[in-house]
Formats: sequence, C-alpha cells, structure tokens
Amino acid sequence: MKRTWGQLAWIGVMMAVAASTASAASVSDLVESSAWAQAGRFFTLQDPSVRYAVAGSVLLGLSCGLLGCFIVVRKMALVGDALSHAVLPGVAVGFLWNMSKDPTTIFIGAVIAGLLGTSLVSALLRTTRLKEDTALGLVLASFFAVGIAMVTMIQRLPTGNKSGIDKFLFGQASALGGDDVTLMAVVTTAVLGLVLVFYKELLATSFDPGFARSSGLPARWVHHGLMLMLAASVVIALQAVGVVLVSAMLITPAAAAYLLTDRLHRMLGLAAAFGVLSGVGGAFLSFVGRDLPTGPLMVLAASVVFVGAFLLGPRHGVLARWWLRRSGQARTRRENTLKSIYHVAEAEDFRAEGVTFNDLAERRRETLEDVRAQAKALEQHGLATVTREVIYFTPKGRQRAGEIVRNHRLWELFLTESANIAPDHVHDDAEKIEHVLGESVVRDLERRLNFARVDPHGRAIPGAQEIHAGKVPDGVRRAPETGGEA
Amino acid sequence: MKAAGESDTGNVPSMTTTPLEIHDLTVAYHKKPVLWGVDLVVPAGQLIGIVGPNGAGKSTLIKACMGLLPVQSGWVKVFGEPLAKQPTRVGYVPQRESVDWDFPVNVSDVVMMGRYGRLGVGRRPRAEDREAVKACLEKVKLLPFANRQISNLSGGQQQRVFLARALAQEADLYFMDEPFAGVDAATEAAIITVLRELRDQGKTIIVVHHDLPTARQYFDSLLLLNMNVVAFGPTAQVFTGELLQKTYGGRLTILSEVAQTLATNGGQR
Repeated sequence: MKRTWGQLAWIGVMMAVAASTASAASVSDLVESSAWAQAGRFFTLQDPSVRYAVAGSVLLGLSCGLLGCFIVVRKMALVGDALSHAVLPGVAVGFLWNMSKDPTTIFIGAVIAGLLGTSLVSALLRTTRLKEDTALGLVLASFFAVGIAMVTMIQRLPTGNKSGIDKFLFGQASALGGDDVTLMAVVTTAVLGLVLVFYKELLATSFDPGFARSSGLPARWVHHGLMLMLAASVVIALQAVGVVLVSAMLITPAAAAYLLTDRLHRMLGLAAAFGVLSGVGGAFLSFVGRDLPTGPLMVLAASVVFVGAFLLGPRHGVLARWWLRRSGQARTRRENTLKSIYHVAEAEDFRAEGVTFNDLAERRRETLEDVRAQAKALEQHGLATVTREVIYFTPKGRQRAGEIVRNHRLWELFLTESANIAPDHVHDDAEKIEHVLGESVVRDLERRLNFARVDPHGRAIPGAQEIHAGKVPDGVRRAPETGGEA
Repeated sequence: MKAAGESDTGNVPSMTTTPLEIHDLTVAYHKKPVLWGVDLVVPAGQLIGIVGPNGAGKSTLIKACMGLLPVQSGWVKVFGEPLAKQPTRVGYVPQRESVDWDFPVNVSDVVMMGRYGRLGVGRRPRAEDREAVKACLEKVKLLPFANRQISNLSGGQQQRVFLARALAQEADLYFMDEPFAGVDAATEAAIITVLRELRDQGKTIIVVHHDLPTARQYFDSLLLLNMNVVAFGPTAQVFTGELLQKTYGGRLTILSEVAQTLATNGGQR
C-alpha cells in the first residue's frame, strides 16, 4: 500500500513539474529581490497576496489541526488520505463547470467527490469481503487517477495553462485570492463552532461508539457530520497545500499533539496551534524560497514539529525516557554501592564505624577510582560522608542500605519458599527486584513469610524496626558457604 | 427526559412494567443466524446471569437489546417501549477490549460519559454531573485515580471504570458484557457488591458471565443460552446437570448445523 502511494506521488511530481514549468517563468519575473527582502515583505504583510497567504495558512492550519485530532483518535488516518485524493476529480469538474477557478463551484465539486469516494469505500466494505485498507487504497488510487487525467486535459485546453489548476496538486499559498480566503474563513468558523458545541458527542463517539449509541447519542450523525467537515477542510486546504500532501496537514499536527498530552481537549488546542505554526511556516518558506510549492514546505514544517514532540515530549518523548532510564541506572548503581558497604560492615559484624575504600573496592571487584567516584555520588545524595578514604553511612544512607538488603534477602526467601526455586537460582532476580519493591509489597512479603529473619543463604534479614531506627542487626553468624553472593 | 426526572428523585423504577421483553428475536452475522427466535420476559429487581458456551450469542443478545446490531426479525421492548424512546433508562458495560485504552482521556472523563445521554445534545456537564461522577468513582473505589490516564490502570481498575460509567447513567436496567473477565479477586468482590446494591435498589441487571461455579453463587436467575433460550428461571431451578448438559453438551446441535448450511447456501431467510 505504502509503495503504491509513493509511486502515485512520484507520478504526481512528474506531472506537476511538467505543468509548472510554464507558469514558473512568469512568477520568478515578478520576484527579483533577495531572500531578506522577501522575508521583510512577508512579515510586514504589506503585500495583499502575502496577507491572503498568511490568513489562508492560519485558517487551514486551524481546521486541519482540530479535525486531525479526531482522525487520529478514531484511527481514521487512511480515511483522511483517501478522502483528500478522492477530491481531485471534483476539483476538475468544478473548474470545467464555468471554465474558471471559481472557489464556490470547485468547493462544491470537490466536497461531493470526496464524500462519493468515502461512500464508495463503505459500500465496498458492506457488499464485498474486502477489508478497509484495501477498499481505501482502491478508491484513493482510482479517483486520483481520474483527477490527474482530467487536470492534464484541462491544461491542454487553450485557456487551461493559465488557469492555475496545477496549483491544486502541490499547493501555492500565494495563489490564494480574497474569495478563497473568505470561503476558508467560513469553513474554519463552522469547524471551530461545531467542535466546540459538539465536543462531548465527538469525544464519546470516538472513545466508545457502541456505548455512545446505547446511551442515545447520535453516533451516526456525528460520523457523517465529521466526514462532511473533513471533506470541507480538505478542500479549503487544497489550493495552499495540494491534493498530494493535504492529509499530512490533518495527521501530522494531531500526531505531534497526541504525543504531548493525555487529554483530548489539550490535544485539540495543541494540534490547532501546531497546524497554524506549520501553515504559516510553510507559507513563509515558500515565499522566501521564491514561490516554491507551499504544500511540501508546510508538511515539512509540521514534520519538524512532530520530530520535536517525539524527541522532547515531557512523558512520552525519547529524551525524557532516556533521561529517566539513565537516572534510574545511576540510582541502581548508588544503591548497589550502599549494599556493598553494608556487606563489608556485616562481614565484620558491624564492629567498625566506617568502611575503607580498599575494602569496598575488594568487595565490589572494582578499581579505587571507581569506588572514589561512587563515594562522591553517595555524598552528593546525602547517603554517606567520606573522611580520609573511609565511608560512613548517614542515617538516610544506612536506612536505604538496610532496605535494599532486606528487599534482596526477602525476595530470595520468597522465591525459594513460595515459588520453589532453587537457592542458587534466586540471586540475579533479587538483584533487580530489590531496587523496585515498594513498602506495601514488602509488608505483604513479610506477612507471607511469617516475618522470617534468615534468608536462604543463612544471612540475617534486617527488620523494619532496625532499619528505621538506623540500627543494623547484631551479628548473625554467617552460615557455611552456600554459594550466594548476598 | 421524563424518565431521567423520575429516577433522579426516587431511584425506584416503576414495577408495573416489565424491564425487558424480547419476542422472536433473530440476529444473523453475514446471513448466519447467531440468535434464533429468542423469547424472554425478564422480571424487575433481579441480578440475572447469561451463561452458555462460546459462540452461543450471549454478547450478541445484549448488543441486540441495546440496538447496536441489525435485527433480522422480532422486537425488544424496554419498560414496555422500544429502547430508542428512552435510552436513559438503560445502562451498558461493554467488554473491556472494545475500546482503545491509549485514548487521551482520564478516568473521570470516561465516567462523565455516563452522564452524556442525560445531558442532551450540545449541553455541557454541570456541577451536579461532576458530583455524580465523584460519587460513582467513590463507589468503585477509584476516586484516588480520578485524574489518571486510563492506560495507566490495571485490568481490574479498567473494568471498574466501566462500571462507574454505567453507575453514572443512573439507569433502571443494566446490560453488562463479561464484567468479571480477567479481573483480580478483589475487583470481582467489589463489582459483585456494587451489583447487589443496585439490585437491592430495585434495578435489573443482566450480566454475561462465563464462569459456571460463580454464576450459581452470584445470580438470582440464570438464562441458559445457546442460539436460543435453553432455560430461564431462578438459579436454583435451572442450574441442573440436565439443563447445563443441554446448553453446553453436544456443541453441534441441529440448530447450529442448519445455521451453517444457511450461511454456505447464501441464506434464504
């Protein structure tokens, strides 16, 4: 499927390049200033065409961003794609109606074609064994083929090559006129109003259509209304973004917003903002880049926003997760050092106050350098103090060390007693579990094990009182060697 | 909306009408009948279990009652009238797998959806709806999780979210599709307590259930279902070896054989 669309897009590129060579010459004649001057013209909004382009980009970004959210949460991204390709024959017919780029007739033709395409998909699903992805691919490709053929035909007509109908393929925001922007404003206002008024219905039917219908919400009407609004938004975005990429303006801002929040209303706000940002950004780049096609640049801007959300999202973002994992690893390492200090002290029946770097290095089979770095980390976290190469627990450090050792030995005991796992198999598992056991689970484990105080390897399990009083158990002699590490 | 007003004040459904009446209900998927000529009259104020083998049409029956499936023939009446006329009198707990738990909503958002049917199209939830949501969360012991995204919940907690949403509907008749599926023992106990409370308030609860031993314990009445009604009555009377054998034993009954023939021959029904 992906590949088919890729190929289709290529065919589209070739045709558009061929088609635009004629008109490109005339455009570049007009624009002879530098990129800086162009940027200046863009931001001062002196030029009416710039004003229309910016207004149009804001409007289409808003409506596409809002509706895109529902596309994404209803898992209808492919429907959006099919819809946007299916409108092209309607654009051509709308043009042929009175041989001009009249926004209203093109709008009506395109919306009808889009809805026809989606109804055809539903009909295919109802009457054949075909599944949704195949039906969508079929309708998308055939409508798009008809559309491309018709657009090419129109351009061969005597008046055709000045018509600007080729702009519908890749989009040209600077080709927007006052009529276009008025129509865009009408549609976007309608979308905004309907989403606000019917937010509750849209939310309920998107999350659980069956439940929504059973409680009397008009799920069918919401669906049809959404499809109509979707078709209208796609069509108003066509001239600026182009048929080929308009579905990306639906999906990309919404997908970025989805990564950043867990509430639908916030997702709507973010997606609308991202849509506007990408729209205006694309229009700007297109203007500075001497009338490069706007559509690809808007989608490029949206993709940059998406990559940003993907990397920088506070909870689901790659960087946040990486940071969480790293800090988790650092914590595990500190806790392992605490445990080793406890072990060294325990081996000497807790007679000595502190533990020397040398003893610790020997115990952990590490270099003195490593031990020094770890001791520093413990100091920074208030878990230990260091004086002349000897480490002393702080009360907090002693407590945490006791907890870790207790967790480890408790878990080993649980595995051997309750899960019938051999004592020499339980150590590695306990090494991981000890860092994550919560207090309530520990209480539960202790109860299940009848508050046993000796682990499978014959070592003492520190109890709650000892840990919280900052005391450590007084010398329980080591049992004869059983092979366990802890 | 009249029904809404009634139960808001009294919470006692009218005893004069039957909560659920099904007549000659036939439902088919792709021309293959799944339910065939089901007749049922359900008394008010009971906790009723639907049991039967896989593919017996248990979920299909309640979905058809809720108007979620096209019906081949027959009719369903809720409190004497078609459901479409009074959707607020019926509550629904669908199967847990029927929704995407990564959906961007939190626990109280989902429970609030139980209020939407009463609110009417285009209306926003009011303070009293938020209070109701809180009370329902409290009842299923999920109040501490009210602001949690729904994917960060255990299976049992997710099931209780659905139960709380149904409670928020303040309906008189409830359909629940396997509310005990894949939940821990604590959740199962919590759910059955809530269901018994509802029953004691005079509401009727119809539950699809797959575990026979607990079915005997939990339900006042049982509906033994296998494409049609094998038996329906008080649990003590219908939970017999003979009737269960009739429901579960001999999967290829004449009925399902003929259903298969209908499907392969294009179906003339």
